[in-house]
Amino acid sequence: MSPQMAGESEAMVVLQERRVALTGIGVLAPGGIGRKAYWDLLTAGRTATRRLSHFDPSPCRSKIAGECDFDPLAHQLSPQEVRRLDRAAQFAVVAAREAITDAGLEDCDTAALRRGVSLGCAVGTTTSLEREYVVSSNAGRQWLVDQAYAVPQLYDYFIPSSMAGELAREIGARGPVSLVSTGCTSGIDAVGNGFDLIREGACDIVLAGGTEAPLSPITYACFDAIRATCPRNDDPEHASRPFDRTRNGLVLAEGCAVVVLEEYEHARRRGAPMYAEVTGHAMRCNAYHMTGLTDGGEEMATAIAAALDQSRLNPDEVAYVNAHGSSTKQNDRHETAAFKRSLGEHAYRVPVSSIKSMIGHSLGAIGALEVAACALAIDDGVIPPTANLHEPDPECDLDYVPITAREQPVDVVVSVGSGFGGFQSAIVLTAPDRVPR
Amino acid sequence: MTVITGIGVVTPTGNTTAEHWAATLRAESALARVRRFDPSGYRCQVAGEAPAFDPAEHLPSRLIPQTDHMTKLALIAAKAALADAGIDPADLPRYGAGVVTAATGGGYEFGQRELQKMWALGPEHVSAYQSFAWFYAVNTGQISIRHGLRGPGGVAVADQSGALQAVAMARRQLRKGTPVMLTGAVDSALCPWGWVAMQVSGELSPRPEPDRAYRPFDADAQGWVPGEGGAILVLENDTTKPHYAHIAGHASTYGEALVDAIRLCLVDADVAPEDVGVVFADGAGVPSRDAVEAAAITAVFGPAGVPVTVPKTMTGRLLSGGAAVDLATAALALRHQVIPPTVNVTRPVPELDLVLDRPRPGSIGSALVLSSGPGGFHEAVLLTRPKECMTC
Repeated sequence: MSPQMAGESEAMVVLQERRVALTGIGVLAPGGIGRKAYWDLLTAGRTATRRLSHFDPSPCRSKIAGECDFDPLAHQLSPQEVRRLDRAAQFAVVAAREAITDAGLEDCDTAALRRGVSLGCAVGTTTSLEREYVVSSNAGRQWLVDQAYAVPQLYDYFIPSSMAGELAREIGARGPVSLVSTGCTSGIDAVGNGFDLIREGACDIVLAGGTEAPLSPITYACFDAIRATCPRNDDPEHASRPFDRTRNGLVLAEGCAVVVLEEYEHARRRGAPMYAEVTGHAMRCNAYHMTGLTDGGEEMATAIAAALDQSRLNPDEVAYVNAHGSSTKQNDRHETAAFKRSLGEHAYRVPVSSIKSMIGHSLGAIGALEVAACALAIDDGVIPPTANLHEPDPECDLDYVPITAREQPVDVVVSVGSGFGGFQSAIVLTAPDRVPR
Repeated sequence: MTVITGIGVVTPTGNTTAEHWAATLRAESALARVRRFDPSGYRCQVAGEAPAFDPAEHLPSRLIPQTDHMTKLALIAAKAALADAGIDPADLPRYGAGVVTAATGGGYEFGQRELQKMWALGPEHVSAYQSFAWFYAVNTGQISIRHGLRGPGGVAVADQSGALQAVAMARRQLRKGTPVMLTGAVDSALCPWGWVAMQVSGELSPRPEPDRAYRPFDADAQGWVPGEGGAILVLENDTTKPHYAHIAGHASTYGEALVDAIRLCLVDADVAPEDVGVVFADGAGVPSRDAVEAAAITAVFGPAGVPVTVPKTMTGRLLSGGAAVDLATAALALRHQVIPPTVNVTRPVPELDLVLDRPRPGSIGSALVLSSGPGGFHEAVLLTRPKECMTC
């Protein structure tokens, strides 16, 4: 154990007093709106990626997306909310309402100052910003953009914490409200931040999650430029193929998950059913490259070890690993190495899967969608599969749960993420009745 | 206990901490008509621009084309902060240092340039660097890579208040065992696309005279002036090292809860209101928000019960960077036992004891830094003077 991990254990003795339960889930994902549709999709191993329809993708190298079929008015957003909110914020509000209802918080009398928000998002209101830029600049003709065409929402689009503010209004929060934006680990880190806010005593309830609606021309252009996205345009349904020898890039997607985190005793006192307990979270940086990964996966392995250490769990107690599995060769080998390094021989026994094979990679939202999937896996006793995995990469030699979901009890889950900027994060969830050692 | 051991400042008043502090004590404002682009066609015209510098003197050539202006400034500040703390990250354990920064709009000028290429020339003209040069996490990532910081990395976005949230997140990582954390924020959106976005907040001052545009707590307040820059701080849990100040308390609230942030921060620090020596106010310069802040300060400290200052009247509001600079300036105020002034305020509200026009020396044991954004985010951090200096 490294010295800094030993320090983490010592500090934990003081901080571990307050435990954190996950008591509500709201989801808006490609292929299904609402947590039930989402879980049905994942456990059936169905894919929801398709040819991009939000705009004409013909100039793009990758023409594939995980899109949500979302009609905001049909999901009880008012016309003014639809006008005011960027698509990512609309997702977040709809998912938050589902999570609040699911947790039965409507009549909860917890003080507003004890309620917080921690929302993850990597690229903010990109779609709205690009749309408005095109008008204000007259399609790029003017460097001095025209103030007469600036819509009143532009400041809220400019600083994406406005989306966290919307969730604060949904849950009546006057405590800490934050948007966490660590690239593609935003969703995990936002849930991790909410977990810490409760553990530290700053809040009793936190609405935590991640949202992203990045499917706009500029997003495709910049991912095309670094050839990170998948060009398998003739077969979009099977384009996201983590750990498969033929995978060739990530599939951009949109989506959102919001969960209710609650101080354990607070949840127990009001008799709230718990999906899971959040027990550990750690972030590390690779300090290597803004878009590249190190060979050995050491930084991710260190994050996994630290999150397990905080949870007071041994590596061999992990029952399921929810992988980053972004469907790039670099990632799949990086995290396979990280699992071996952090879990040892147990890495060969534990089921590992990537739900990005079904819903694509929604950047700052996906980490929260994965946390939601982990909580549902614990609750339902089913491990979602890695779809489209037919020809395993010989260098990826773990049990990736190909094609078909597996029914089995799941009591300890690790979910991981990697992001541009070098971010490597891990979060640990356990079954709610599993008493930590 | 978390202490500040290093400070790196880049503001309109100076590209180094020493220049910034000297200009601040001279009550020298850096606000001027916008030079970065032609502001003639815009409703608002005054800004605080960082002094011009040659990036090649400060940064490896590889980093210059891949970074927005604000990231260049952030890298300069981070390097200065580490040097000030006497830390070479190579001497630390492999995961011994991390970084948490705040952001508002990301690398906006870089983003505007790439959007223009996209729409005027076509998607194949968009830079490969666009995928990370504009996004909110860029400063944390670039600082981590440049200095080999493999510990926890984080990014807080909370309107213009994110820097103090970042400080709280960094303090948490120190408590969890990482020995060194860099934190703070450096920011800029001084390009036409950012300018128009800030204008629609309805809070920017339309006055064209640089000495009249931004006058918080003044009967003539008409809004704020944007600036660019910020500060990166080095935080450690090692009180045996020379340090500027303790991070004694923090609180974060949302909505109509500024007064709660102040009270919760003092509770977190276990410091009584009468022991606070100065308040670095947010000072929005927007009459309605100034009134809320003045009422909150008065509710906790009493009418004119504590010296209040807004040194950002000299720099403009640096988006997420402003509160980081206030924290740095407050730490310097504790070290030098002098309260820096507020400038350009001629008709101050009577209920506050505003420190106007010249520095006010005194015995200052602690400093409260407040920040708010128009979106309703409020943060408070209390700094206290190092114990060994209490008697000097």
